Amino acid sequence: MATEYGKIMSAIIELKNLTLRYPEQEIFADFSASVACGEFIGIFGPNGAGKSTLLRAILGLIQPDTGEILVFGKTAQCGCSAIGYVPQFQQHLSTNNLTGRVYISATINGFNWGLPLLNKQRHEQVDRVIDLVKAQKYIDRPFVQLSGGEKKRIVLAQALLNHPKILLLDEPLSGLDPGQQGKMIDLIQNLRKELNMTVLFTAHDLNPLLNVMSNIFYLAAGKALVGAVSEVVTSSKLSWLYGSPIEVIKSDDHVFVIHKQFGSNIHDTNHHRGNYEF
Amino acid sequence: MTLEIFNYDFMQNAFMAGTIAAVFAAVVGFFAVLRGQNFASHALSHVGFAGAAGAGLLGVNPATGLLILTLMAAMGMGVIGEKAAKNDTAVGMVLVFALGLGVLFLYLYSDFAGRAMGILFGNLLGVSRQLIKNMFIYSLLGFAILAFIARPLLFVSLEPELAEAKGISLRFMAILFLILLALAVTEASQVVGVLLVFTLLIGPAAIAIHCSKTVWVGIGLSVLLGVGFVWAGIVLAYCTDWPVSFWISALSFIGYLLARNFRS
Repeated sequence: MATEYGKIMSAIIELKNLTLRYPEQEIFADFSASVACGEFIGIFGPNGAGKSTLLRAILGLIQPDTGEILVFGKTAQCGCSAIGYVPQFQQHLSTNNLTGRVYISATINGFNWGLPLLNKQRHEQVDRVIDLVKAQKYIDRPFVQLSGGEKKRIVLAQALLNHPKILLLDEPLSGLDPGQQGKMIDLIQNLRKELNMTVLFTAHDLNPLLNVMSNIFYLAAGKALVGAVSEVVTSSKLSWLYGSPIEVIKSDDHVFVIHKQFGSNIHDTNHHRGNYEF
Repeated sequence: MTLEIFNYDFMQNAFMAGTIAAVFAAVVGFFAVLRGQNFASHALSHVGFAGAAGAGLLGVNPATGLLILTLMAAMGMGVIGEKAAKNDTAVGMVLVFALGLGVLFLYLYSDFAGRAMGILFGNLLGVSRQLIKNMFIYSLLGFAILAFIARPLLFVSLEPELAEAKGISLRFMAILFLILLALAVTEASQVVGVLLVFTLLIGPAAIAIHCSKTVWVGIGLSVLLGVGFVWAGIVLAYCTDWPVSFWISALSFIGYLLARNFRS
């Protein structure tokens, strides 16, 4: 609910009995959860479970079938400037040699009519997000020539424009090797603390994120679980969620989720391809 | 010789019309290349052929007919959506049908060959003052629209997914841009003809985008190149008596080759 000035909001995002569906297919039903200010939420589940769709619904791009989504106590609405978003797929055409700075500048107030001119204050805002993601070294090089990791940082910088209070990151680790994944997670975690943001983060592999997440949403087979990793990622809970036997093996700082029928690690998705460097 | 070229009225007209068209086409072309819509401009110009040919039948100015039909085609492409508009087969079928219609219109009209040549390959040395006035008005109108939509257009062109997330309608922006593209196609085809529109609309912009790191430098370079090609094309045509359209397309092509080898 909207609060008075100065009070800390208990829930920054609330999902109430949320059902999302495509015209011909239900994604998940009757999902309730709330996200407190400053949390780092990991969103997991198999492909097609609705991870991206959930983020898009929070952005107001998809209307709930039933239930509702409250962001800052108000129904989720398109164009909320307090939300920074990194989409899963971006088709950057490779036909131009424009710099990363141009891409960020085009984003800063791209929704306003007029000429794409930046005043001093906007230039400073662009410089600020470049500094935040530490992209100074390559920001004035053509965007198409950058490595995957460098591009991801620029995309993250775009999401940080307009001082967002919530960051929705859709698969920000895909295409990065384990070392880069670690750097990216550290960067996001530091930014979250420094700028006092709430982060919702979709990913395939739990392990790199185990130390940073406060709670997780686990989506599968039209159902969803919410809670701390230790509560949600257990053999019994996940077996119920998937509707088939799942075994969770925990070591000191690793979790393996094994599908008993297929004998495979559910979270091993060959996502560590690529040989990029920051 | 260099100055006597300006003693002829038709040469003055050619320079004026060519400059107006080149400036506007270069700016719109920059966004077309940025958006990956090069082929759409080619398709629109072919549809324009039917418009220009049909205008003769109805007793309307060919440029007006061309404008009206390209505008209609632009909106049609915008409404059916990006996916369909980028379907080569569908676009190809529509544009050859438009060419076929143009052939029919010209057949029904007298003076088939003369008109066809002018529409297809341009008739810059034959433009009237009235046409120049119209072209100027189209340009002003186009620049006014562009000044209003340039920022969101740049945003949706570079970052469609982020723009959509901010609540900008990609389809609405696509339709607005296609309208600008129709205006630019109309202008450019007065100079080089509908078949060679690519040379003036996409050529300078493609070279400029290849060589520039920022938007304003790119647009500026695109305009310089476009105007340069047209002026040099007119002068070369004057010296050699070969068609202006040939020279403009040759310069555009050579520039493109140089740019590609220069950078990559």
